[in-house]
Amino acid sequence: MIRELKLQRDYLPSDDLHTIYFGGGTPSLLSEKELAFLMDAIKKQFHLKPDAEITLEANPDDLTEDTLATLADQGINRLSIGIQTFHDPHLRFMNRLHTASEAEESVRRAQDAGITNISVDLIYAIPAENDDILLSDIEKALALGVEHISAYCLTVEPKTAFGNWTKTGKMAPIEDEFAARQFEVLISKLQEGGFEQYEISNFARNQKYSRHNSAYWQRRPYLGVGPSAHSYNGASRQYNVSNNAKYLESIKNRVLPITVEILSMEDQVNEYLLTGLRTKWGCRLELLQELSGGSFLMKTGEEIFRLNEIGWLHSRDGLLLLTEKGKLFADQVASRLFLEQTKKG
Amino acid sequence: MKNIRNFCIIAHIDHGKSTLADRLLEYTNTVTNREMQAQLLDNMDLERERGITIKSHAIQMDYILAGEKYTLNLIDTPGHVDFSYEVSRSIAACEGALLLIDASQGIEAQTISNLYLAINHDLIIIPVLNKIDLPGAMPEEVKDQIVDLIGCDRDEIIHASGKEGIGVPDILEAIVHRIPAPKGDPDAPLQALIFDSVFNSYRGIEVIFRIKNGSVRKGDKVKFMATGREYQADEIGTLRLQQQPKDVVECGDVGYLISGIKVAREVKVGDTFTHTNRPSTAMIRGFEEVKPMVFAGIYPVDTSEYEELREAMEKLQLNDASLVWEPETSAALGFGFRCGFLGMLHMEIIQERLEREFDMTVITTVPSVQFRVTTTRGENLKVSAPSEMPEPNFISVIEEPFINAQIISKSEYVGAIMTLCMEKRGMLKNQIYLTSDRVELQFSMPLAEVVFDFFDRLKTISRGYASLDYELTGYEASDMVKLDVMLNGDRVDALSAIVHRTKAYEWGKKLCEKLRELIPRQMFEIAIQAAIGQKIIARETVKAMRKDVLAKCYGGDISRKRKLLEKQKKGKKRMRQVGNVEIPQEAFMAVLKIS
Ligand SMILES: Nc1nc2c(ncn2[C@@H]2O[C@H](COP(=O)(O)OP(=O)(O)O)[C@@H](O)[C@H]2O)c(=O)[nH]1
Ligand SMILES: [Mg+2]
Repeated sequence: MIRELKLQRDYLPSDDLHTIYFGGGTPSLLSEKELAFLMDAIKKQFHLKPDAEITLEANPDDLTEDTLATLADQGINRLSIGIQTFHDPHLRFMNRLHTASEAEESVRRAQDAGITNISVDLIYAIPAENDDILLSDIEKALALGVEHISAYCLTVEPKTAFGNWTKTGKMAPIEDEFAARQFEVLISKLQEGGFEQYEISNFARNQKYSRHNSAYWQRRPYLGVGPSAHSYNGASRQYNVSNNAKYLESIKNRVLPITVEILSMEDQVNEYLLTGLRTKWGCRLELLQELSGGSFLMKTGEEIFRLNEIGWLHSRDGLLLLTEKGKLFADQVASRLFLEQTKKG
Repeated sequence: MKNIRNFCIIAHIDHGKSTLADRLLEYTNTVTNREMQAQLLDNMDLERERGITIKSHAIQMDYILAGEKYTLNLIDTPGHVDFSYEVSRSIAACEGALLLIDASQGIEAQTISNLYLAINHDLIIIPVLNKIDLPGAMPEEVKDQIVDLIGCDRDEIIHASGKEGIGVPDILEAIVHRIPAPKGDPDAPLQALIFDSVFNSYRGIEVIFRIKNGSVRKGDKVKFMATGREYQADEIGTLRLQQQPKDVVECGDVGYLISGIKVAREVKVGDTFTHTNRPSTAMIRGFEEVKPMVFAGIYPVDTSEYEELREAMEKLQLNDASLVWEPETSAALGFGFRCGFLGMLHMEIIQERLEREFDMTVITTVPSVQFRVTTTRGENLKVSAPSEMPEPNFISVIEEPFINAQIISKSEYVGAIMTLCMEKRGMLKNQIYLTSDRVELQFSMPLAEVVFDFFDRLKTISRGYASLDYELTGYEASDMVKLDVMLNGDRVDALSAIVHRTKAYEWGKKLCEKLRELIPRQMFEIAIQAAIGQKIIARETVKAMRKDVLAKCYGGDISRKRKLLEKQKKGKKRMRQVGNVEIPQEAFMAVLKIS
């Protein structure tokens, strides 16, 4: 990865790094030495801002006192902890290695180690008779005093355990009705607890937004390093091969194992809609017009009107924003506003 | 002429007609082994897959018996009730017929009706007991049936196996000895019976004919008597594996004619052609205009493909004279065509050919028969689409076509068949035991009831044993109603149907249920209603979509998710919009699946 970093050093338009995110897999397994090497390499190739947000994704059971001390030493100042739920039967159901009490303890340990900017992941719409477990999950998360919560709906993908279970009838399919209700419960309870929903799945206290993730939604350039990592520089996206062996082989030969995708005008508009609408900052009409060569409003005006009429979308101060109700239909709204691809060359 | 024999093969589907025909062609060296494809006569892909010969053709063989050379014309006949008029014309071109019966199956309904046609045309019948090689063959029992049916001697029945080549010489000898040579006056004015036409994209329409009187020479001016059109015989000849151009086709023989005709419709099966300058005074008896029996709308799935569909339909019509159509518009489906078919099989064939030969995906609307409506003002209307049906208060009488259906089955299934036919508004007219365990049932039934899945259900309840044949008997008054479907109060014209009042309630209920399954949740609740006039008879609801948002959308998810949504959006564009409701194309087909 250090080698790749060198190969990629000119990808970003600027050398300034505002955020770093160690994620995708279990970076908490990195040894002190490995982490130090990586941080050094990054600092050598780029200019890391003094106030940069440096996040590491971790499982609760990896966050021992020692590890936490190392992380803090190396400059990690934000943790994203994959807790999922504080209900042990549900943890087992989802094949998680940690228990609810281990999860709670890991957060406290991190706070004691001085890393106070903590995000926890929660999963909702896990099959249950009522909302009690979700409500208690939310209460426990709030009680821990974390700054940030990411909440994801349980998804049942084909070819996974859940997929097989629903297919064979071992697990009832997740009803939209149930998932939607849990989502609403989640939003209102977190709001009561002082959290702001600044993106469909992300909630923050005291404006402790994930600066790193927000960059994805605001069309800022980013560089991803490692197998299957994605990068974006404004005009194109590229991603590394996901196979570890192929990745290593290619990097060894100083060749980037990337696939590049040039974004057409419509791609850029559609991606901005897709990501921007999900946030509290919405999409700037001016930017949509600019990206579309001035055609966005002409092409979508009628649809915007319709979506406004049914109460899913509104516009204010030159922004397109989802309404509370519209948040349940973010994908639908975005795709209704998508521009059709004119022929790609 | 005394050495010509014209014959056809009457057989039920799968009784081995094509296989036996192959053997005859091989034995007479009409085809070499190299040229031999399995089941030569069925040369359309579609036919081969279905195992039925849809379009009739003819092929000529030379056969030497006792030093004498004979010309045998085998005329192939379509094997489905949809094409029974064409069968009757092929039969009219012959002097004899092989009655081919599968020794393990026995006689079937289609066989009997074609046999009667042949007997009515005074054809000599040669009974052949086929597939005697099968372990399950019941030669004695089936011979009893044959003797009962045609009153022949037992020893007139030839034992054969097309598969093993057994009995082939006996059959050929019997053709020469038992079937008479054509009668006809070679010096009389030309009279040629057109019994088929074949489309050739380079040479136009090839007319297949049998000369009854006189003869025709290359270059002759000929006149088609029913249409009144005149042509020059650019090329004539006889039909071998390849066409064999000739200077003259003689009295009694079978041949083809090419005269630059481009459109199949100009050639009417059953018509007579004669010489322009020495015309015959009479047509050969039995000519009828073929009339479509079943009507349905055909629409492109993708509205932008209307012009392509039109071109495809025009091309189909070049070689299928029985397909009729005219442009039609539907509020729900846009621009399309109202089509008339000979029957349901014909409709399926057209649909399949559109898909295979022209790569078109189409939506077919509810098939309808043609009703006769007398209005309160005394007008007489022909109604073959729900949209043509006047409002109930303007209708005085509706009449619908009835058929006489013959069903032959093993006797153990009689109960189930009776129940099915009664459910289909049938009236039992006659019940005849052909043998101790084979029964022929005759019902008077509305054609409309046979159009919908009757045949499939008959096959199911009889485990494939029952066979069906029918002919139109006339029109009878019926209590028909137009059933409409509304989505959020808007009528969806393409989902309307004309049904019998006693069945309207169930039809409406099932259709609403089916639509509820097929219409996806949308931004608002959708009321599905079935109505007769103003009266709602069934209702279902599609609840409003509750959510449509995926959980995560980070750096690596963005382009994949955009592509996914773009693809979904494209799929949606193929949906049809009625009022504010989006209807997937399967919903329009749902009607066909109601029973
Ligand atoms: N055992 C046996 N099978 C036969 C014989 N003739 C035809 N078949 C089989 O019966 C099926 C239908 O034959 P085919 O000639 O296509 O029947 P067609 O529908 O009347 O033209 C095929 O699977 C043939 O192989 C026969 O004499 N003996
Ligand atoms: Mg066949």
